[in-house]
Amino acid sequence: MAKISMRDVRKSYGKDQVVHGVNLEIANGEFIVVLGPSGCGKSTLLRMIAGLETITAGQIAIGDTVVNDLEPRERGCAMVFQNYALYPHMTVAENIGYALKVAGTPKAERMARIAAVAASVGLGDFLDRRPGQLSGGQRQRVAMARAIIREPRVFLFDEPLSNLDAKLRVQMRHEIRRIHNRIAATSVFVTHDQQEGMTLADRLVVMNKGVIEQVGTPSEIYDQPASTYVGGFIGSPAMNFLSGQVDRATHSVRLASGDRIDVSPAIAARNHGKLVQIGVRPEAMTMVPAGQGTLNATFEFVEELGAGRLYHMMFEDLTLTVLAGDRQTLAAGAPVGLHIPASAVHLFDADTGKRVEAAPLAVVEQVPA
Amino acid sequence: MIERTPFLNIATHVILLSGLVIIIIPIWLAFVAATLTLQEVNSAPIELWPGNQLWANLVEAWTISDFGTKFLNTLIVATSVVVGKITLACITAFALVFFNFRGRMLIFWMIFITLMLPLEVRIVPTYAVAANALSPFQTILEVTGINWLINAVSGIEVALEWNLLNSYTGLILPLVATATGTFLYRQFFLTIPDELVEAARMDGAGPLRFLWDVLIPLSKTNIAALATIMFVYAWNQYLWPLLVITDRANYGMVVVQLSDLVPDQLTTGGGTPTWHLAMAATLVVMLPPIAVVIFMQRWFVRGLINTDK
Repeated sequence: MAKISMRDVRKSYGKDQVVHGVNLEIANGEFIVVLGPSGCGKSTLLRMIAGLETITAGQIAIGDTVVNDLEPRERGCAMVFQNYALYPHMTVAENIGYALKVAGTPKAERMARIAAVAASVGLGDFLDRRPGQLSGGQRQRVAMARAIIREPRVFLFDEPLSNLDAKLRVQMRHEIRRIHNRIAATSVFVTHDQQEGMTLADRLVVMNKGVIEQVGTPSEIYDQPASTYVGGFIGSPAMNFLSGQVDRATHSVRLASGDRIDVSPAIAARNHGKLVQIGVRPEAMTMVPAGQGTLNATFEFVEELGAGRLYHMMFEDLTLTVLAGDRQTLAAGAPVGLHIPASAVHLFDADTGKRVEAAPLAVVEQVPA
Repeated sequence: MIERTPFLNIATHVILLSGLVIIIIPIWLAFVAATLTLQEVNSAPIELWPGNQLWANLVEAWTISDFGTKFLNTLIVATSVVVGKITLACITAFALVFFNFRGRMLIFWMIFITLMLPLEVRIVPTYAVAANALSPFQTILEVTGINWLINAVSGIEVALEWNLLNSYTGLILPLVATATGTFLYRQFFLTIPDELVEAARMDGAGPLRFLWDVLIPLSKTNIAALATIMFVYAWNQYLWPLLVITDRANYGMVVVQLSDLVPDQLTTGGGTPTWHLAMAATLVVMLPPIAVVIFMQRWFVRGLINTDK
């Protein structure tokens, strides 16, 4: 079992820096999800932990050992790849047991362990098949079994679910979580799917353009996004954004249209005159009769979600979405009032995109340099 | 483009059948000639149906040419060329594709350029090297003056010599040293997904282990294809054995021997041409390559229809 600590980890390809100094402490047994769009450096970070990429600068330690110069096999990590990367000419059993074979485990012990691990992921009946004869979900299980059998200290997942269909993805997600709970290794899971990240993670690491934007539990990140980027990336449907200027006298943010959105007096007092972005979650806004809300918008169309409805509005030239549980029938072009309570408003600095708080931000977990 | 109309079906069959006939006719004529007597084979209207002398002709051709030794020689050479070629091609391509070293592309291009220099083109220098495989080193010693130095110090005259003429080594090595196999293997190795390489690294397999456990099993069909091509290529060698082997009795190869049976001024000395023996010998010489092709074909067809990569 092992904790992982990363200190100012950087990666460059030639002059191109793709990871710009990552500091992160992962506790033993924790399930960390690294979330970000493609090209944000999350996979590179994972591969540096695995030892498949060299570390340009900084330090990665697994347990108490600095692993910068260790070969992948010496790091005690197991990895599940996006395309499974199964050996096509080997049977399921041989695929699962290959690491043990390389390590020179005696055949009898190897077979016993293969059987046990295969049974634990529901592959007991498929040991003699080849990967080409398996479905996507089964191949995924083989890839997991291959990782589990090594009893790794660290489990690495590189977007392992992105090749599966939606239903199977949810099912495998639960299975990954179960396996993690059972074998209690430290897990690092990379994905671009924010739902996957929210549901799996003990703690979520949101990356963008090679830097960590925010680290926190899924609910912390949802409730208090550290930047417009995190606010917009996490949550589906996405957060609504409006720009304006803080006004201390009325405890509000004044929009270009002249409308005012109330904010807490404390925030208004500290940030008078500041240009800001307002973020509001779709479920935090409510629809009221025209003229009675904070804003007046025009109804465009509705999306049925079953459990609720997503109402799309136009306000000035912006699209706003409201998620509501009740089913209203509105005509396209109908005027609608939107009520935005002060407690639902997230404020971000218009220049830096960083969150604006009443009190100084609680320090995001970072390693002292 | 797949079209199914009766007219096209007939047309394609006609084309296929005419191709088949064009290929079959010479083989049939050779077979017929091999079954006739000396008189029959030389009679005026060409005989189109086999006679009854096949076995007698085969036996005679075999004994005249001492094919027992020649077949063994050729088998040794062809097999060694196949094994040597596959081994060399495999490890060279492995180094070129999976390792990052300085001058990698330069080396690849140097190997690739030799594709344009078949044995026939470089036959004079190759012969010079075969006559003394160490002559390049001798030249280096002399040009740099090291030889003079050794002579001055110890009084010993260094003369390196390793003669490959009249030996299996001399027959085999120049045929092994070509780029076709390396190129074929490189192209195949480039199709191996990076993730497979990485998975093997995560599983703890070193480079040689990866080569042996993953790459070689995956390249089975490649090996089959290359082996077939190289076996037929080596078996049919004529020019190189003709040059490098003067001791025909011990090191002769079948195709060179076969050419001796083909009637010309030299062999018959103006007598009646013995085409029946030449054709009988041709049939025998053809058999091993055909057998190899038929046997190996099963492997690469299986490889082609295998859906998993």
